[in-house]
Amino acid sequence: MADGSSRAERPLSPHLQIYRPLFTMMMSIVHRVTGVGLYFGMVLFVWWLLAAASNTPTAFNTFSGIAGSFIGLVVLLGFTWALLHHALGGLRHFMWDFIRGFEPRERELLAKATLAGSIGLTLVLWVIGIALKG
Amino acid sequence: MVELTLPKNSQITPGKVWPKPQSAKKLTEFRVYRWNPDDGRNPRVDTYYVDREDCGPMVLDGLIWIKNKVDATLTFRRSCREGVCGSCAMNIGGTNTLACTKGMDEVLVKGVVNVYPLPHMPVVKDLVPDLTRFYAQHASIEPWLQTDTAAPEKEWRQSKGDREKLDGLYECILCACCSTSCPSYWWNGDRYLGPAALLQATRWLKDSRDERTGARLDYLEDPFRLYRCHTIMNCAQACPKSLNPAKAIAEVKKMMVERQI
Repeated sequence: MADGSSRAERPLSPHLQIYRPLFTMMMSIVHRVTGVGLYFGMVLFVWWLLAAASNTPTAFNTFSGIAGSFIGLVVLLGFTWALLHHALGGLRHFMWDFIRGFEPRERELLAKATLAGSIGLTLVLWVIGIALKG
Repeated sequence: MVELTLPKNSQITPGKVWPKPQSAKKLTEFRVYRWNPDDGRNPRVDTYYVDREDCGPMVLDGLIWIKNKVDATLTFRRSCREGVCGSCAMNIGGTNTLACTKGMDEVLVKGVVNVYPLPHMPVVKDLVPDLTRFYAQHASIEPWLQTDTAAPEKEWRQSKGDREKLDGLYECILCACCSTSCPSYWWNGDRYLGPAALLQATRWLKDSRDERTGARLDYLEDPFRLYRCHTIMNCAQACPKSLNPAKAIAEVKKMMVERQI
């Protein structure tokens, strides 16, 4: 028998590497990621407000030019989705605070509804936006 | 701290493929995590073939069959073989569960039974994790009845309704499936108490006979001990007794708010 001092340091058992991805866990991760994404989104939002508030049209034209480009639109689309997803996720947390939605079926359904809802609402919002732009 | 990858000494290397049993008609492949503290090597995953006609249906039956018939060095904890003791908790087919109550055919991933120790824990040997901290966390919530009133002559009385409030809480067997399924516990297990300890904390908070509710809540009122729970729900999915630690933790959070008003 080996004594304690000669033994190797205990390894850490695998975790993310082996854990089967569960939908509720994935949605929790997405909630985190969209939350971080919103910090960057808010920078864009502030830029837009500052540009709109400036005296000369140049600042606003610069913002519109970049936001209206293909990449700008993709970022805006992503921001819209992240905002809606995080907001719906927030509602889910609000429900949990009242001890609702914890049963196996409920939590699966809520997770799916969050994803479907955020994608659906993003599409609706953009269709309205594009229609109003004419 | 969030560390997505394994430290160098924990990375898994390819292991040994053990020979198939002779003249077996129905085989099930097991891939099992191995680590020997005495050989100085990294963990590995060994492949075994279990003769299903010579073996019971559960994953634990398979592991015992391997230990008896193929490789006596395979190390794991087991005792009651009926989901009461919680000893054989491990990661099977990607989720934490008890080897004794999980059928081999329920957990096949591409025809293989994958067996690892409980995730993100120090490994003592093979499938045996070091649960010292887990037990210390359970002890820290002081899981016993605490009263200021003088003890009654006979037992502490409890109404039927008050007793029912403990259903879904007292049945925990402390197998650690829930805590070690929780990403928050993985990243902050040194400061976050984890679902199992918090479920037990709830069990004592809800006990009508206990008179230390305030002090118990004071202990839990901490950004890490309680509030590292982000309702990820892995705990509730993993619990082999179908308990719901996530819900119990939400109830504690609610008690925290209610005592402010």
